[in-house]
Amino acid sequence: MIAIRMRRASLAAAVMLALAAPVVSPPGRAADANAVTIDDFKFAPATLTVPARATVTWTNRDGEPHTVMSADGGLTFKSPALDTDDSFSFTFAKPGTYTYFCSVHPHMTGTIVVK
Amino acid sequence: METRRDLLKCLAWAGTGVLWTVSGGVPKGVNLGGAALAAPAGGFSFVQISDTHMGFKAEANPDPNATLQAALDKIAALPQKPALMLHTGDVTHLSKAAEFDTADQIIKGAKLDTHFIPGEHDVIGDDGKGYFERFGAKGAAPGGWYSFDQGGVHFVGLVNVMGFKPATGGSLGNEQIAWLEQDLKGKTASTPIVVMGHVPLWPVYAQWGWATEDADQAMSHLKRFGSVTVLNGHIHQVVQKVEGTATFQTAMSTAFPQPKGGEAPNPGPMKVSADKLKTVLGIRKVEVTPGTAVAIADETLA
Repeated sequence: MIAIRMRRASLAAAVMLALAAPVVSPPGRAADANAVTIDDFKFAPATLTVPARATVTWTNRDGEPHTVMSADGGLTFKSPALDTDDSFSFTFAKPGTYTYFCSVHPHMTGTIVVK
Repeated sequence: METRRDLLKCLAWAGTGVLWTVSGGVPKGVNLGGAALAAPAGGFSFVQISDTHMGFKAEANPDPNATLQAALDKIAALPQKPALMLHTGDVTHLSKAAEFDTADQIIKGAKLDTHFIPGEHDVIGDDGKGYFERFGAKGAAPGGWYSFDQGGVHFVGLVNVMGFKPATGGSLGNEQIAWLEQDLKGKTASTPIVVMGHVPLWPVYAQWGWATEDADQAMSHLKRFGSVTVLNGHIHQVVQKVEGTATFQTAMSTAFPQPKGGEAPNPGPMKVSADKLKTVLGIRKVEVTPGTAVAIADETLA
């Protein structure tokens, strides 16, 4: 059952990749330098600095589902529910400081600094 | 029946007209059984379920469908059929269509008039579109909040899971609070009010987002009423507070328990042994006798 679910998720991710910048990716695709992991209700690193046009990938390693939502109420970026081992990517076109949080557990917060 | 009399003494607060009872082991040693649950003459009763989390599959409860069914079976076995059922949110775990389908099928089986409000788990990724399509109330405001009258009681269903902000919890927003003020305007102060909100409408443990930042504004419009019963979910355990003529109480989940605020590194599902699970899940029965009392009874699934 799990294998089928993962394959369908991958297919959906591939379709979405062709359409838009924010995507839910299959596990194991995160580029380490621009990666944020979610473990034990925390984003790590809590602050990540990346160059402009970098794609940041969040991967949920927690047993609990989480989301990634920009602090402007998700206007800049907003993931769907990330179950265990699901990932979400977003490409930051412009420099700036982007704070974000988990919309299910709002005490979980993080920051992406785009130089 | 000495135990019962002592409990009445402890829990029938002067001025509030509220009697709160528990059975099935929460708190330990108290068991009122059917006597406290028999509906008083002239009143009517309803039930609350919460946090059914369809789609949850972690070890804290491998089968939330079965425990939801057990909760509905418990309700079906009550001595008097409730007039309606309230679901105070987190119907699903991940807002997935299949999870909404499962919830709908199981809950429909109870054959009770059921009124829902969303939890933050029901509005992930789509601002609640999937949830409102299926469980949105008829005649609701565009934001999903609504009210209705039944059995002499004015019921208000609030939505406080759409405006989550970093490091805070729920919020209602000015539009909803203005609507509430309008909604209550024509009601006499003696009308019993029952308010539903998923996230607690008082700060239970704000560090974990167990609070609604603008709840005080909403509650200010309820101050003139003689009986206000606020029913919340979200934290998967019973916590209660009395303030003036208002009582606030969170409910147990039918899916899994959570730790007490601050008593664990995070608010994630609390694993208990399989034989204990039903002692920490439950339902709530509420009896309203206009002019006298609102009686609230939390019952575990054990």
